[in-house]
Amino acid sequence: MKYWRKPLDLDRVTVPHGTVVIIEDRCKGCGFCVEYCPKEVLRMSESFNRKGYHPPEVVLEGECVNCNLCEMICPDFAIYCVPVGENQDAAAAAGR
Amino acid sequence: MKADPLGVLTGVHYLDGDHACGEGAMAAGCRFVAGYPITPSTEVVERISQRFPMMGGTFIQMEDELGSMAAVVGASWTGTKSMTVTSGPGFSLMMENIGLAAMMETPCVVVNVQRGGPSTGLPTMVGQADMMQARWGSHGDYELISMCPQSPQEAFDLTIDAFNLSEKYRVPVMFMMDECVGHMTEKVVIPEPDSVDIVPRILTDQAPEDFLPYRVNGKSVPEFARAGDGYRFHSTGLTHDEKGYPVMSAECQEQSVHRLIEKIRCNASDIIRIEEEAVDGAEVVVMAYGITARVTRMGINLARKKGIKVGFIRLVVVWPFPEKRVRELADKIKAFVVPEINYGQVVLEVERCAAGKCSAICVPHGGGGVHDPKTICEAIVRAAK
Amino acid sequence: MTQPQAPKTAAESEHPIAPFLRMDRMPHIWCPTCGIGTVVKCFATALEGSGIDLDKAAIVSGIGCTGRVAGYMNLDAFHTTHGRAVPFATGLKLGRPELNVTVFSGDGDLSGIGGNHFIHAARRNIDLLVVLVNNFIYAMTGGQNAPTTPVTARSSTMPFGNFETPFNLPHLAESCGATYVARWTCLHIRRLTRTFSEALNRKGFRFVEVIAPCSTLYSRLNKLGSGLDLMRFYHDNAVIKHGADTREVAIGFQDTITCGKFVDSPRQTFSEAMHEHYTTQLGERFVPMPEEGGWIHE
Repeated sequence: MKYWRKPLDLDRVTVPHGTVVIIEDRCKGCGFCVEYCPKEVLRMSESFNRKGYHPPEVVLEGECVNCNLCEMICPDFAIYCVPVGENQDAAAAAGR
Repeated sequence: MKADPLGVLTGVHYLDGDHACGEGAMAAGCRFVAGYPITPSTEVVERISQRFPMMGGTFIQMEDELGSMAAVVGASWTGTKSMTVTSGPGFSLMMENIGLAAMMETPCVVVNVQRGGPSTGLPTMVGQADMMQARWGSHGDYELISMCPQSPQEAFDLTIDAFNLSEKYRVPVMFMMDECVGHMTEKVVIPEPDSVDIVPRILTDQAPEDFLPYRVNGKSVPEFARAGDGYRFHSTGLTHDEKGYPVMSAECQEQSVHRLIEKIRCNASDIIRIEEEAVDGAEVVVMAYGITARVTRMGINLARKKGIKVGFIRLVVVWPFPEKRVRELADKIKAFVVPEINYGQVVLEVERCAAGKCSAICVPHGGGGVHDPKTICEAIVRAAK
Repeated sequence: MTQPQAPKTAAESEHPIAPFLRMDRMPHIWCPTCGIGTVVKCFATALEGSGIDLDKAAIVSGIGCTGRVAGYMNLDAFHTTHGRAVPFATGLKLGRPELNVTVFSGDGDLSGIGGNHFIHAARRNIDLLVVLVNNFIYAMTGGQNAPTTPVTARSSTMPFGNFETPFNLPHLAESCGATYVARWTCLHIRRLTRTFSEALNRKGFRFVEVIAPCSTLYSRLNKLGSGLDLMRFYHDNAVIKHGADTREVAIGFQDTITCGKFVDSPRQTFSEAMHEHYTTQLGERFVPMPEEGGWIHE
């Protein structure tokens, strides 16, 4: 294709947004969420939780697209996303 | 409640002990059997496999005895009365999961048609050498119930009692037949379903939110919930608390073991069943069970002809052992004589309970046949001196 | 349902998986970077979306790290003896045919001590979903050699490296008659969830193998880093080959892991065969066990 065509539904499709919720005391500092977040929203924090592990923290506020990968990959059920923003349905749809 | 008519083969039959046991199970409401073929017990499941499809029962021949016992415990958790059938070598294999049934408090019946041992032993000939194994076979502390029929009629009647006791105390019951009774063909009268009283699996009436699978509320046994009724309970072979969750502490272990043991010991008088004959005023009391009980009667008659006052106690329920009665009698008699087709198993219990107040004389038999009544008579004569 | 303790923060009870877990037992005992929790999350997500009546879903586990799954799931759950989860589940399923029974156990439990039961349940096509979490080692007991440990891998009982040929589990399952065979790693969360969804709606002996990182034993004894390093390894070395010949999906030490759905060929289950056969043989006389089970009551 020589030219990029403009998608016909460009005005209807929006990027979903989400917020990451971290249950710090359940985290065991495995690092899976940090490693595999597609938007690189997370990094391991310097702080400790009750058990002495470093939980993750959000560094790129507003970049989360509610893909729920962190929620699925966390072995400790310590992180999940909730949809936010005007288009909450799309955000929720992206995650489910 | 009364028995399900589909399972009761009313009538006068000519059956062997194995077949009668199978009929007893079906009359008692057993509807799941998992087994593995082993002589001399196979006829029990052969008969069940023939009749089960006509009464809503499921029989599966598993790949080994370990799987059979595990399947029986699993099926029992659906509220279905379950049973397996085996002999010595298979009994040894089932031990771990018998322990699981005891720990999880799962009602079930394990039939052991005893044969000569140890190891492969005498597959087609009688033994009674698994009696201690019935009591102590699995590791750890637990108590269970064990019964011994002496005839095909009793094999029918007592199997129903075994299921009833198993339901009442939520404990696996070891039904200890022997090859002689198993392969002996006699008249067996099976009554109308209305005359057969069975104890059904009673379910809790608590709501799922309030239910704890191992809470007793001062009774002997906890209430039961079936898998699939929405109770979402957890059960484990690990030492557990009331919720069924594993707890690794000495306190929890003490509570758990204590309750498992006491639920049988405290109710021993309800469970123990013996038949006494001419025990009052006797000099010597003979104690026997299973096929040996029938042979013993002849031995006792011979001894009575010699003028010895002989009493007879037949153990119908062997475990829990009638300790109190033995202790009582030990003060009054010269000796107990215990013929058994083994090298001394139940006699050890008699000796323990007699506590030296009278002797406990063993009349052993290696297996492969029954005692000669004269041998028993000679033992009685020696005991009376 | 057992009453959960009040969660420590409001966030805990809102975790999407909370209804499927025994929240009063969280946090679980699995090590940091252990993959079992991920498999549980994928399974619970699939269960949620499957439409199955959760009251009729039961989980049976054996002994081992994966064997602890039964203790954490908020379903009728049984933690049974080592290797006997499959026959226990068989009894459960046959005793109450309407139950949807899943066996969740480890490689040592299911293919070692439980091997005989595994092959016969597959042969008979008993209607069970068997999820085998494969970390290539007996982890709970301290890292002993397992029937799945790759050649040259070290373990506590093969301190100079394993010289035994391990099982090729998908091949074993297929050759014994499993009607649905798939393998994924803990990294393939979406595909694994989809596989679980698909498998939950099939009948017959369904086998899903999930390769999981074990940081405390397998990874440490073989100096492979942490579970995260193993996940990176899966990322670089897992290939997806749906429909691959299961003879060719064996796993070597730190070698290619072939993933995908290998077998999806339904056939009559044990119960269906039993019903059909007895109906043919006995006609009107056949009284099948009701779906609600063999519980006799007034």
